[in-house]
Amino acid sequence: MRELTFREALNEALDEELARDPNVFLMGEEVGAYDGAYKVSRGLLKKYGPKRVIDSPISELGFVGLGVGAAMMGLRPVIEVMTWNFALLALDQIANTAAKMRYMSGGALSCPITIRGPNGAAHSLAAQHSQWFEPQYAYYPGLKVIVPGTPADAKGLLKSAIRDPDPCIFMESELLYPTKGLVPEGEYLVPIGKADIKREGKDCTVVAWGRALGIALEGAEMLAKEGIDCEVVDLRTIRPLDEETLVQSVRKTGACVILEEGWPYFNAGAQISDIVQRACFDILDSPVIRVTGADVPMPYSKALEKLARASAESVVAGVKVALNVRS
Amino acid sequence: MAQRTNSLAEKLDREALLKMYRQLVLIRRFEERCAQQYSLQKIAGFCHLYNGQEAVAVGVEAAMRPDDYLVTAYRDHGQVLARGTPPGPVMAELFGKATGVAKGKGGSMHLYDIPRNMYGGWGIVGAQIPLALGMAYASKYKGEDRVTVCLFGEAAVNQGAFHEALNMAALWKVPAVFICENNRYGMGTPITVSSAVTDVYKRASAYDIPGVWCDGMDTLHTYEVVYEAVERARRGEGPTLIEARTYRFRGHSMSDPGTYRTREEVEEERKKDPIPKLRAFILSKKRAKEEELDQIHEEVEKEVEEAIRFADESPWPEPSELYTDVYVDPIWPEKVHA
Ligand SMILES: Cc1ncc(C[n+]2csc(CCOP(=O)(O)OP(=O)(O)O)c2C)c(N)n1
Repeated sequence: MRELTFREALNEALDEELARDPNVFLMGEEVGAYDGAYKVSRGLLKKYGPKRVIDSPISELGFVGLGVGAAMMGLRPVIEVMTWNFALLALDQIANTAAKMRYMSGGALSCPITIRGPNGAAHSLAAQHSQWFEPQYAYYPGLKVIVPGTPADAKGLLKSAIRDPDPCIFMESELLYPTKGLVPEGEYLVPIGKADIKREGKDCTVVAWGRALGIALEGAEMLAKEGIDCEVVDLRTIRPLDEETLVQSVRKTGACVILEEGWPYFNAGAQISDIVQRACFDILDSPVIRVTGADVPMPYSKALEKLARASAESVVAGVKVALNVRS
Repeated sequence: MAQRTNSLAEKLDREALLKMYRQLVLIRRFEERCAQQYSLQKIAGFCHLYNGQEAVAVGVEAAMRPDDYLVTAYRDHGQVLARGTPPGPVMAELFGKATGVAKGKGGSMHLYDIPRNMYGGWGIVGAQIPLALGMAYASKYKGEDRVTVCLFGEAAVNQGAFHEALNMAALWKVPAVFICENNRYGMGTPITVSSAVTDVYKRASAYDIPGVWCDGMDTLHTYEVVYEAVERARRGEGPTLIEARTYRFRGHSMSDPGTYRTREEVEEERKKDPIPKLRAFILSKKRAKEEELDQIHEEVEKEVEEAIRFADESPWPEPSELYTDVYVDPIWPEKVHA
C-alpha cells in the first residue's frame, strides 16, 4: 500500500480497468486532451488513445444516452459528467432509459454503464454548482448509487462499478480529490452495497458517506475529547444500502445521528432514519437525529455559505442531542 | 430531395415481394384486431396503432440485414412484427401475459426481440435517438459491419436529444440511419404548428449529412431509399437522415377520436394505402396471382386469430416476477418484499 490522493486512486482504477477490458471506454467533456476538468483522467488519452478516451461535445443528454446505448450493446462505458449539476440534463437517459431497460424488456437487456463525476459543493461556487444529488438517483429502482469517502474506497468501488452488470451512479467530490489515503496496489475491489465501520465506538452511531465521512470522523474526534465515543458507519453505497451493518451498529450504541451534506427534505437521511427507527425502535432512547445542510440554494458569500453547510461542530451538536448531553 | 433509385425494387424477386406483402397485411390485421381487443379491455394502457404507416416498417426491414439493429418509439407493433417476431408473443405482451416478449412487463410501448435485433420500444419522445447513437457507436467500436436504424416521429425532431445525437453521429460517422416517420401530427398538433422547418429532411444540413425523403406510403420507395442509406452507413460513410412521409389512419392512441383532422383529409390519405399499392405492383409485374395474394390474407387472418387465442390462454405473470429483472442480482433483503 502507498499513499495516493483520491484523484490518483480514481485515475488508477480507470487505468487498470481500461487495461483489463477492451470494452471499457471513457467519454465526457474534457476527459482527453485537457486531462479531465478535475484531472481525474490525467494521462489516459496518451496511454490508451482516442478510441478509448473520447472528448465529447457539451451534450449531456446526448453523450450519456450514447453511453446507455453502448452499454446496452455490451460495452462498458464510463461516462464522466463534469459535475453532477450538469447531469440534470441527462436525467431522462439515466432515470427513464438506463434504470428501466432491464425491467421493461423482461430481463432481455442490461445496462452496465458507470456514470461518474464530482457531487456536492466545493467552495464559493454558488447555487447552481453546489448541490448533492445522491438521494435523487437513489430514488430510482434499477440504479446503484455509490458515494466513496476515501481514496481506497474510491479505487475499489470504481473498479467494482465498471464491472457491475447494472447502471452505476458514481459520485466523487471536488473537495476529496486532493485528500490522501493508503490505497492497495493492483487488483482491489470493494463490494457494492457493503458499509464499512470507519471508527468503532460504543456511545452513538454516526452515519455518513462521501465527503461527509471526513466531517463525521472529525466530529467524532472532538467528541472523544469530551469522553463521548462515536461509531462512524460509512455507507459507501446509498443503493443498495447495507441495512445490516447500519442496524447492527445502532443496536450496539443505542443512538443514531445521520450526517448528510445536502438538503434536509426528502433526502437519503430520511430513508435511513426510517430504516433505523423501524429496526431499532425498542432500543432507541432518543429520536434519530439528522444533521444536514440548510434548506436553501447555496449562497455565494463565504459568510453565508459557512452557515448553509454541515460541519464537524454540527455533528457534535447532533450527537449531544441524541445522547441528551447538555453542552 | 427524394432519392430515386427505381431499379432496386425492380430487382426484388417474387419471394421478397410476397414477404413484404405478407408483413404489410399482418401488421394491418394485427392492429385491427388490437383495436378490437382494446375495446374488449384485453389490452390496456397507451396503445398506439400503426395502421397506414406499415410501408415504413416493411420497407425498412427489407432494406436491413437481419443482424442490423432496429430501435423505435412506442408506436412499435409494426416494427417488431416486421422483424419477424411471431404475433403470439407480441399479442401476449399487449395482454400483459407471462408469455409476452417482455414477460408482460413492457406492454404495447416496450416491445423487444433481442435475438432478432429489435431493441424496443421506448416511451419518451426522442429518447431512442441518443440510444441509437450509442448502439451504432458500439458497432463502430467493435468493428462490426452492422447498421443501426432508428425510427422516430416528426414531433421528436424538436427534442434536444435529436440534435445532440445527430451532431455526434455525424461527428463520429457512426453507422446509423435516422428515419423520421412524418405522419404530420404529434398527437393533435400538426407539424405546421410545431416546427419552423416542416421539411424534416432539411434538418440534416445542420450536421452536413445527407437528408432525403421517401414516400412512406410506398413500401418499395421506402425500401430503395433506406437501402441506399443503410449501405452507405455500412461502408463507413456515416449517417443519413430520412424523412418518410406517411400518415396514420387512426387516432394517436386508442383514446384519441382524432377530431383535429377533417374526414376529407383522412379519406384522401386512405387512398394512398400501402397495401393495395404493393398488390398492384406485384400483379402488374406478374410476380404472383390474385389468388396467391388472397391466400396470404387468409393465412394472416388465421395467424392473428391464433395469436389472440395464445394470448388469451397464456398465464398471467407469477407474483414472484414483480421483483425480478430490476437488477441482474436482486438487491433487496427478503423483508422489503413484504
Ligand atoms: C418527452 C415526452 N413528451 C411528451 C410525451 C407524450 N407524447 C407521447 S406521443 C406524443 C406525440 C409524438 O408525436 P410523434 O413524435 O410525431 O410520433 P407519432 O406519435 O406521430 O408516431 C406525445 C406528445 C412523451 N411520451 N414524451
